[in-house]
Order: sequence, then structure tokens, then C-alpha cells
Amino acid sequence: MSIDMAQFHQVFFEESFEGLDIMESGLLNLDMGDVDSEAINTIFRAAHSIKGGSGTFGFSAVSDYTHVMETLLDEMRDGRRQVTQSAVDVLLGSVDCLREMLSAIQDENEIDEVSVVEHKKALEIELNGKQANSQVADVEIPEQAANEITAIPNDSSESGWKISFCPHADLLKTGNDPVRMFRELSELGDLEVIVDLQGVPPLFDLDPEECHLSWTLILKGSVQREEIDDIFDWVEDECDLSIQLLNPVEEPINIVSTESPNIVTQSNPTPLPTTENQESITPKSGSSIIAKPLKTEEKKAKSTPAASTSIRVDTGKIDTLINMVGELVITQSMLSLVGEDFTSDKIDQLKNGLVQLERHTRELQESVMNIRMLPISFVFSRFPRLVHDLSSKLDKKIELKLVGEHTEVDKTVVELISDPLVHLVRNSLDHGIEMPADRIAAGKPEMGTITLEAYHRGGNIVIEVKDDGKGLNKDFLRTKAIEKGLLDPDTVLTDKQCYELIFMAGFSTAEKVTDVSGRGVGMDVVRRNIQSLGGNIEITSELGFGSTILINLPLTLAILDGQSIAVGDETFIVPLGSIVESIKISDKMVNRVAGKGETFRLRDEYLPIVRIHNVFNVESAKATKLTEGLLVVVDGQGMRCGLFVDDLLGQQQVVIKSLEANYRRVEGVSSATILGDGSVALILDIPGLVRLSNQ
Amino acid sequence: MAQETDTQEVEGTKLENSMQFLSFTLGEEEYGVDILSVQEIRSWEPVSRIPNVPSYEKGVVNLRGAIVPIIDLRERFNLQHSEYTNLTVVVVLQTILKGRSRTMGLVVDSVSDVNNIDAQLIQSAPDFGTKVSTEFISGLALVDERMLILLDVKKLLKLDGVDGAEENDDES
Repeated sequence: MSIDMAQFHQVFFEESFEGLDIMESGLLNLDMGDVDSEAINTIFRAAHSIKGGSGTFGFSAVSDYTHVMETLLDEMRDGRRQVTQSAVDVLLGSVDCLREMLSAIQDENEIDEVSVVEHKKALEIELNGKQANSQVADVEIPEQAANEITAIPNDSSESGWKISFCPHADLLKTGNDPVRMFRELSELGDLEVIVDLQGVPPLFDLDPEECHLSWTLILKGSVQREEIDDIFDWVEDECDLSIQLLNPVEEPINIVSTESPNIVTQSNPTPLPTTENQESITPKSGSSIIAKPLKTEEKKAKSTPAASTSIRVDTGKIDTLINMVGELVITQSMLSLVGEDFTSDKIDQLKNGLVQLERHTRELQESVMNIRMLPISFVFSRFPRLVHDLSSKLDKKIELKLVGEHTEVDKTVVELISDPLVHLVRNSLDHGIEMPADRIAAGKPEMGTITLEAYHRGGNIVIEVKDDGKGLNKDFLRTKAIEKGLLDPDTVLTDKQCYELIFMAGFSTAEKVTDVSGRGVGMDVVRRNIQSLGGNIEITSELGFGSTILINLPLTLAILDGQSIAVGDETFIVPLGSIVESIKISDKMVNRVAGKGETFRLRDEYLPIVRIHNVFNVESAKATKLTEGLLVVVDGQGMRCGLFVDDLLGQQQVVIKSLEANYRRVEGVSSATILGDGSVALILDIPGLVRLSNQ
Repeated sequence: MAQETDTQEVEGTKLENSMQFLSFTLGEEEYGVDILSVQEIRSWEPVSRIPNVPSYEKGVVNLRGAIVPIIDLRERFNLQHSEYTNLTVVVVLQTILKGRSRTMGLVVDSVSDVNNIDAQLIQSAPDFGTKVSTEFISGLALVDERMLILLDVKKLLKLDGVDGAEENDDES
């Protein structure tokens, strides 16, 4: 029996978090007026499987909590309850609460009981508010009411409980054994078991795998209701259960003998939620609230766990992979057959085989890379909630549009891009979109729009965060920057450079710091994060009409589109994404600055020339005069320059290999790769190269 | 009883303390490295040069998909440089440094032998003062009337790391 349940915990947590995401998005998409019962069903199912799972693993706090949610959702599902905004908000809060509980369990921290109790209370108010209309949603009242009610169970629980347990026929098939439950019950107090044999069929009709018995149990002693619930938790769905307080005045056995058949047949589910609710508020509200707040603070300070290391892959992708490996094996055996006794007339067969081999290898590589690709919706899906919460907090009306959610990106990118994106969206919400009144005054629709869009362009993925808010005010940005001492008052800036001021550390335009944004940290971190992913970020804006932030990211971090260049007999790779153009220059275009630094004019810009053969001391370089070689104009993190090289060789996809694994960081080089002939080529790091040439 | 355990221990240590060293030559000198840190022995093949590094760091090669640096041990020890020929050998060493496995190739003149050396017979390196750098030398051993200079692989590979290499640059 001793199966190590811990090995399944990870899966349970992953599934539960997924379930919570489903619930969240389902709740956000609920349309108040016209409720889609299927949507509620989806939410209900997610809640139900979390409850089931947590019950199985013994996380009773989670399963108890989910049970209350489930009751509420169940009523909504059956149409017994109207779906109201307040109910949805409470449920959303509960989703957060559950998420916290689960991650606390996952990190083996203590569950923050204060917030759990608070959320549960809110849920119960929502639940009971309907049943008892006098107790309207005022936090004070139910608390008092609950306290009054506690008095009863606490006193009377001294005497005990009467439990009518009438299992469905298939209880035994689910692996539940009543005897075990009774044994557990008897550990709680003095247990008396009365069996009802009425349902037992004649011997010949009897199916030994079915349960036809029902029981009336009298449990005496000071037992909490929850303890009993815990025992029946697993079989709740497979039986008719009613748990009632024993009337202390009457003789318990009498009740059983006279009333038990009735209770068994009635088996009403309604008393279950109500009594349970009252119980679950009361024991915690008094004692734990005072003791716990300190712990809450500590816990919040702890960092969140690292990103998950497992990945869910579409079985379709795996099937393709298996097919391809099959093809590869066939090609391999064909080639070995050709090679067994090779004669020169088989050269065509060999060539054919090699062509096939090449194709299969490439396809295999692509599909392996594909496995790491996740749709960007993994990141986007959190934004409806964020926008929903923030816009109500800021009293703004905002609609969020998601475009291109199915665009696929590398898993690492998905994990690392989400924080910067959250920051950008918050910024748009807080600074970009105006208050509804201001929008109407500006002749714009009251409802602001934020668009999150993802699409592929070249070998990159582009993510756009677009708002139709007030846009960036260049002059204002400039004055602010000068005010903060980040900019020299005399500097002339282009529009683009003006917008880029917001990426400077310590720059903030917010009049006052709110908890949403405005501390002046953030945009610089956003830019740094994106650059560390090998991407770049750009801003365009039109005053009064909104701004757009463009994030360019490489599709994957393991493969790079590169341009090979030759300097002497050495080959280097320049990331294709950073190349603007390649030109041959004439002497007229070149100017010297202070006798040493060389610049050239490209249209309206003067750009510095970086001679690779000088920077890297390549003695074999063929071209030493600028007119003999080529200038590759590159753009690395806003720094443009011309790389002077002997020749361009060709474009190719290269697999990035770390230089640091066995060696060390080399200035001006980001990593290395292996070329087709097996030799190693260095991949240039443009900003590093510029720094190096300036030394 | 006590005697028995004693003798057993002595035998045990004898077995444990006998180490195997791969010996190779640099000019007239003979060096040895712990054979457990030797991954493979290859012949010299052209490397991809790394810019702006000390000249003894010849460059990197592709060793079955991994980028592995190649160090010329003659230049590292300030011996006279010799031309690379078909007989020039690269000894690929592997060790764990700071929890990470590191691989590096050493260019040597030729590999000569594998020697069993009793650890008790290894002498510490003599102090030459500042005249001769003995930082990589873990000891000296006598094998068939020849002196074998035993190298400390960890120190040898660490010097290639960021901090070590920079220190070395400053000295020279």
C-alpha cells in the first residue's frame, strides 16, 4: 500500500495550476447577461478535478476550499443562481487564493490561513447571501452570525454526531472501503454502527462487487464536524450522506431505531453545505487571525520558484519526430548497404542516399527544435486578468485585444519574456490610456484599447504592445530627463532618441508614484532583459494617438541566422539580424576624426568604422585599405557602425555553442559555432566589438 | 587483532596510493599527469584562433560538438616553440572545476608511457624562488632513473579561467 505519492505531486501541481488558469480565463470570459452553461461547466470541471486531486494527496485545506467554490459553481451551473459580477470577482479572488495555497504547498511553506479564511468567508457570503437574504454582503454580519452559530456546535459536539451513510452500489469499485472509514471514525470517539440490510437483494441477484448496505453511525464524544468530513471526503460523490448533531436530550439509540430509515431515504444534500460553512469559519476566525499576520509578511518576501523544467508536447509533434527517425534509420541502412561492397558505379546511389540523409537530418533538427516551441498564448493568457484588475483599480475602461496568440516561440523565450511584457502592459494602462472623461474630451471613444500582437518576421518573432492612449510627449520627456540630470540641456535628440529616454535608469514621468508604476525602475530593466534574450525594443509614438512598443526577439536561443564573413583566412559569423546593409566604400566617403578614428557617411549619418583585422589582430588580412574590402553596416543595441571585412561568404543557420563551457568569455565574441567543415567559427558580439575598438 | 588490522591498513594504503601517470615529453623534459584526468590523446590539427588572448592559448577546436581550447604547453612554460608536425600530440584533459566539468587540450611533443608511481615516493617540487614557476607542479618522481615532473591538472586548467589568465597577463 505504501506507494510514494510524492512522485505524483509535481504532476498534480502542474495540472492544478493549469486548471486554475482555465478557471481564470473562463471566469473572465463570462458574459453577465448571457451565460454560456458550457463555460460554467468548464470552470466547474476544473474546480472539481483540483478538489479530487488535492483530496487524493491529502491537501485537505485545498480540497475543503475548492468544495465551497464548487458548491457555488454548481448552483450557477444548475441555473439556481444568477451569475453576478460580484460572484465572478469573488471566484476570481478564490482562484488567486487557491494558487497561493498550492504554491505554498509546493514550496513546502505554510499556507497563509488568514487570507484563506478571508476568501472563504467572501465565498460563503456569496453563497449564503442568496439563501438567507437577510444576511446581505456585509462582512460584519456573517462574522457575528457565525459566532453565534458556533456556540451551538461547540457545545453540542460534546454529545456527538449521527451520520447516515448510504453508499451507492458502486462505492466498492472505486476502492473505498467502509470498514476502513468506520475504523477511522472509531478513533475519533465512541462509535456505534447500525447496519441497514433492507437494500440487500436475494442471494442469486447479488453482485459481490456492489454495495447494498447502508449504515447509521452514532459517534459520541467531542468531535469536530471537519474531522468527520475528512473521513467521508473521498466517498462524498459516491454516497448519500447526512451528518447531523445528536440531540443531547433524547436517547440516541431511540432516534436511530425510529428515524433511521427515513433519513437514509431522504439523504438530502442541502444540510451539508450550510453546516459545513458555519463550521469552517468559526474555528479559524478567532484564534489564528492574531497569530498569523507576521508569517504572511515573511512569506511574501520569499522569491517565487524557478520556471518549470518540464514541457508539455503535442503528441502530433512527437509522432512527426518518430516518423522522421524512422526515415533516418531507413536511409542509414540503405547507405550501409551501398557501402558494403562499394564499386564506382554505385556512386549515384551514394549521392542519392546522402541527399536524403541531408534532408532527413534537417527535418529532424527542425522538428526537434519545434518541440521546444510553445504558442505565445502561454504568456498572453495572463493579460486579460491583469487588465481586468488594473482597469477597475484605476477606474479606466480598457479593452484588451490579443492578436496572433498561436505564434510559436521557444520555451526559454516564453519564460523570460513574460515579466517584461507585464511591465509594458502595466505602463500602457497606467500612463498610456487616459481617464474616460479625458478620452471623451479628446474626441476618442471612452473605451481605451490595448493590443498585444505577436507575429513572425524573418527569423524573428515580433511582439507589439499598442495602445490608443495619449502617446509620448517628446518635449516633456526631454525636460524631465534634463530635470533629473540624465541629459545635457544642449544635446540635440532625434525623435527616436527622445523616446528612448524612457529606457534610461532612474527616468520616470509619473507625477506621483503609485503601486502600479512610476518608480523609474523598470523600463531599463525591460530593455536589459530583452537584450539578454538577444532581442531589441523600439518605441514609436504619436502624441494624442497612442504609442507602440515593438519587441524583436530571436525565435530560438539555440540557432542563429548568421552571415559568414572572411577576414584573412579566418571566418567569423555576424548575426544576420544585426546587419543593416553591406557596402563598398570609396575614399571620398571616409573621414578621419582626430587623426585616428575613421568614420564614413551613410546617407545622413556618420558612422564609426571598426576594422576587424585590427581589433582581432588578424595578420593574414587581405584588405587593409578601406577600398579593398567591404563595410558591413551593423546595428547592435542602438550602436551602429561599419565592420570592415575582406569579404562576405554566405548566409547560414548556425548552432550556438558556448565558448565559456570549457574556455572563457572573449571580448567582442558572443559565442562560437561549428561550420560545415567541422572547424570552429566565432560569432561576433557587435556592442562588445564597438567597445573593444574604442579602447 | 590489533596487528592484523594494522597490516591490512598498510596493504590497503599501498594499493590506494599507487597512482598511474601518463608521461609525455616537452623537449628534454618529461612530465606526467594523473591518468584519470586524461580523456583522450589526439594528433594535432589546425585550430580556430581566438583574438586577443595570450599566445600560448592557441585557439579552440571542435571536439565532437564541444568547443575545447587548445593550450601549447611549451609556450605556457616559456620553452622554445617548436613547429607542429604530424607527430605533435594533443592530450585532452578533463577535470571538475567549481562544480563544472572542464575539458582542455594540451599540445605536447610526444606521449611516452604510463607509469605506476607509489605516492609515497613522490617528492615535493624544489623551490627555485621566482626563477622558475612551480605553481603547476605537484611533485617530482623517479621512474627508471628518469625524473618525471608531475603536473597539477586542476591548477593547469584553472589558469585558463578568467581570473587566472588575467593574473598571468599582469605578470608578463
